[in-house]
Amino acid sequence: MNVEQFLYHEARLLDTQQYEAWLELFTEDATYWVPLEREQKDPFETSSIIHDDRTLLGLRVKQARHPRAHARLPLARTVHQVGNILVLKEEEPELLVASTLTLVEFRTERQRVWGALVEHRLRRTPDGLRIAHKRVDLVNSEGELDGIAILF
Amino acid sequence: MAPSKLIQPDRVHRSVYADPAIFELEMERIFGRAWLILGHDSQIAAPGDYFTTRMGREPVIVARQGDGSVRVLINRCMHRGAIVCAEGRGCASSFVCPYHGWTYDTDGRLRSVPVPSGYASDRTGELGLRRVPRVSTYRGFIFASLAASGASLEEFLGPARSSLDDLVDRAPGGELEVAGGVFKHVYRGNWKLMLENHLDGIHPAHVHASSIAASRGAPEPGPPGEESYRDIAIRQMRQNAMPEPVWEAIGLWTTARGHGYMGDYHDDSRLVAAMGNPAFQEYRARLAARQGQAEADRILGVTLWNTILYPNCSFMSQFRQLRIVQPLAVDRTVVYTYSFRMKDAPQQMFRDTVAFANVVNGTASWVLTDDLEVYERVQRGLSSGAAEWVYIARGAGRDIDEQDGTRRGATGTSEVFIRAQFRAWLDYMNER
Repeated sequence: MNVEQFLYHEARLLDTQQYEAWLELFTEDATYWVPLEREQKDPFETSSIIHDDRTLLGLRVKQARHPRAHARLPLARTVHQVGNILVLKEEEPELLVASTLTLVEFRTERQRVWGALVEHRLRRTPDGLRIAHKRVDLVNSEGELDGIAILF
Repeated sequence: MAPSKLIQPDRVHRSVYADPAIFELEMERIFGRAWLILGHDSQIAAPGDYFTTRMGREPVIVARQGDGSVRVLINRCMHRGAIVCAEGRGCASSFVCPYHGWTYDTDGRLRSVPVPSGYASDRTGELGLRRVPRVSTYRGFIFASLAASGASLEEFLGPARSSLDDLVDRAPGGELEVAGGVFKHVYRGNWKLMLENHLDGIHPAHVHASSIAASRGAPEPGPPGEESYRDIAIRQMRQNAMPEPVWEAIGLWTTARGHGYMGDYHDDSRLVAAMGNPAFQEYRARLAARQGQAEADRILGVTLWNTILYPNCSFMSQFRQLRIVQPLAVDRTVVYTYSFRMKDAPQQMFRDTVAFANVVNGTASWVLTDDLEVYERVQRGLSSGAAEWVYIARGAGRDIDEQDGTRRGATGTSEVFIRAQFRAWLDYMNER
């Protein structure tokens, strides 16, 4: 699977709510980061909307399946529109890939639109490409936001 | 209906959450009178530093003056009404209206207008930005009141001062600094709903059931020396599962002004600095070196969870989180959440604060998102007119009046704090 197809595959897993399969796309040492601030350098001394290792990311998937996950029942329906895919750097076995994300979310009679600049650090493994790091910079990360119960 | 008809000893009428006319009156009589917390000294350390915020719905500029004092100005040009400062925060030598260039000093005085000869008389002296009449600070926290007279800030805070003391005393250097970013979350619900949730010991097991369950399946946090970034999140989510007898046993105090604070429920030694975990050794040593061992022990021996300063603040002294509530409409509220770095504390203490903020107050937090969902569901339910009353009777009739002027719930799950908030609500609403 090439890089473009891989990113579309990732988006498809999220939009079809196959979160467990989506989680499998991440390496064991992966990090998933949605910074709070524009051009944020550091996730340890500045808060983040999400800053997860693979374990914490797994807890989001588990929570979403819980019968009393109030903010996630029903799960939002989403469309992840991935575009402007650009390989920024290749250093075997890893690739740094930039893309843009336009996301439409619908839940409980409300539709929301998100926009983000995304970076994936993808690693070539015997099982194919895997995500070692994903950074999602929401254009409104510093804005006044409703609670976020979806995955970008 | 008159405000006094809406508040009864064990129930309140749904219109206090849902009626836009009541909301208008609250903005005038509560947010227009009470001391409101606006921020912290460290946000405007140098002369000219400023930030913008709201007092109720009044847009204001909070500015450090050349003499070190703080002035709070209504952020509205005296000419045709535009917001003069839209930047949020910064350092300025003047505020210039974007419309016709009216220029104000940072103390609000009108410095110049273009083509002054266009006016028959010079009224610059009376056309300065309107000043918020009363501004005061307590332990570095900036408060202001839109009312020209009333109780002093210290009187207003009353026994709840002890919670702010607890927040600041924990810093080895005796000071705090706002740091680590600001979460701004909005919910489609009345401003009071958040304040009625933060001292509620029954809700965690129910509202947070899904994050508790998820965290229980997580790998065990590492022992000292093998800790991971994720441990704080897992430990905190698990703590929300404390059994009912623990919640029942903790103290819950309220004041005549509607403030409230409760004892802590944490028993996780990695989250609570007083509990002897080696991770906190250096911090405790620095606190003892500055304050003496006995005073350090006293400071760390204070175990509080949330404190509510009615009507616009909720904070966690042990975990250095402070939330400022800004009502937008009867059914819409925004909450700004700040973290604090303790002066002269080891770096790891602040890293823990940031990790804690992410799990408890983050916009995408496992925990907060379920609270916000419930506030919104309450608001939707309260739009129904078929059932008129909201029931706040848990523990009613068993509240205990203490020597220090506080009123304590008979147990930690009492709704005494909601009754206290409405007692204060009624005082503000009735006051002429």
